[in-house]
Amino acid sequence: MTSIAVPRPRGRTALARTLAFGRHHILTFYSFLFFAYLMLPIAIVIAFSFNHPTGNFNYVWQGFTWDNWRYWDGVPGIRSAIVLSLEIALLASLVATALGTMIALALVRYGFRGRGTTNILIFLPLSTPEIVLGASLLTLFLNLNVIFGFWTILIAHVMFCISFAVVTVKARLVGFDRHLEEAAMDLGANEWRTFQKVTLPLTAPAILAALLLCFAISIDDFVVTYFNSGSKVTFPLFVWGAARVGAPPQVNVIGTAIFIVAVTAMLFNVLYQRRREVRA
Amino acid sequence: MNFFHRHRGLTPYLLLAPGVAWLAVFFLVPLGFLAYQSLQSGNIDFGYAFTWSWGNYWHAIRDYRPQFVRSLEYAGIATVFALVISYPVAYWIAFRGGRWKNLLLLFIVAPFFVTYLIRTLAWETILSDNGFVVHTLQHLHVLGPGGRLLATSTAVVTGITYNFLPFMALPLYVSLEQIDGSLIEAAEDLYASKLQAFLRVTLPLSLPGVVAGTLLTFIPAAGDFINAQLLGSPENHMIGNVIQSKFLELTDYPAAASMSFILMAGILVAVAVYARIVGTEQLTGTAV
Repeated sequence: MTSIAVPRPRGRTALARTLAFGRHHILTFYSFLFFAYLMLPIAIVIAFSFNHPTGNFNYVWQGFTWDNWRYWDGVPGIRSAIVLSLEIALLASLVATALGTMIALALVRYGFRGRGTTNILIFLPLSTPEIVLGASLLTLFLNLNVIFGFWTILIAHVMFCISFAVVTVKARLVGFDRHLEEAAMDLGANEWRTFQKVTLPLTAPAILAALLLCFAISIDDFVVTYFNSGSKVTFPLFVWGAARVGAPPQVNVIGTAIFIVAVTAMLFNVLYQRRREVRA
Repeated sequence: MNFFHRHRGLTPYLLLAPGVAWLAVFFLVPLGFLAYQSLQSGNIDFGYAFTWSWGNYWHAIRDYRPQFVRSLEYAGIATVFALVISYPVAYWIAFRGGRWKNLLLLFIVAPFFVTYLIRTLAWETILSDNGFVVHTLQHLHVLGPGGRLLATSTAVVTGITYNFLPFMALPLYVSLEQIDGSLIEAAEDLYASKLQAFLRVTLPLSLPGVVAGTLLTFIPAAGDFINAQLLGSPENHMIGNVIQSKFLELTDYPAAASMSFILMAGILVAVAVYARIVGTEQLTGTAV
């Protein structure tokens, strides 16, 4: 801030300083406890991916083994479930991000009739419980005699991803300098070329963020998929089915693998942004 | 420039069309079908017919009142817990995170890249009868010798609180991060104590985040059935469990559809009451 620094008119007593110091550290200490709490279940998931369970239930530590990682697809059905989840997540995030980016552009750039209504339409799916989203889509498909399977899952995933894509892209577009586009047009670029050469490169980070977010939401979705999958099994559905008879440790292996990939991707993103900030 | 100006009026609609159409056909229209289904009567073998059967709603409330109440109760308690647990951390990251802010945020989000169901199964392990949490609590005589956590409401609320935590923590962080530090300094310059400055400046300014976080946590939590299924017993089942089994196991579509609408209505009422308490301005402020 550019406000003028006014010297503080009061001296801080030693007691106040000690208290402030103490409070500062209580908060830090608490935050570390909080992070430990957040990580506890994840640590369990990772640890039990190396467990060597004797019975059906992978709840009690029995012994260390690499076997679950070596034979990660050693459980019938797990491989096809992962493949289906990846396919759906990839397609759904691409479609939803494309549609969402277009909506975000329209909302931020243009004043038009129906803007408020559109905002509400975007906001509604975010504020509807997943079970209602899944159930209503199920009744639509049932009443139209649609066969449940790959396409119904994809339709559902695109539907609940669009709003997230809009919100993500919109947030970055708001702080976007329109003069850059006007400059391009003044220099003789037409609208499409301006979009290609100026708008798209500048919004690329937002679009990438939306893609990743949609991918993560899609690959993790259980409820809506459960209602609209028919006999198809995605990875979360596989876990659900397996949980009833005792989830095999391979489930933990896949969970850990997804976790590591996602965290690595995000870590790179954070470090990349940090470097850009330092350079700027 | 000519091209641009001539088509200006049409461009936004062209940009909107595909996405809005998708949401209309696969979100709004299905809600209509759900409403239509909720007023039907009959059974799966002879087919359902639309008969303005409002009785579905009455029967749902009469037969499943405990599950409805439990859903709002569990979701409400979990939301309060999430708020209390994550506010100090959001504050810490926003005001003391410095150059580590993004990394710390990553730590908050990271656990949620482990599939929801696997996370919940991990809680099943943590809270299980021979886990260290139960042993410790038995040792401290908080739990009786045969006392357990799994299959209790405590386990379900624990699971819900954990599973929706980032929905609370991130909006809190965003609103705290936007607070202009000089406002707090000004309050202190005007002889407010740290506590007064927090209560009079920081807390009110972070209210949009509190409201957004509360809604983003409460709404999905009220419709959840995974935690109750995996961590609770049938006595802890929420309305989501009933809707799920009516739809997918008992194929009693009209009953399940009417329950979905009652759930939505219950959430709306809860949100409206909440809005009265915190003020509508805050609520609409976060909506856009």
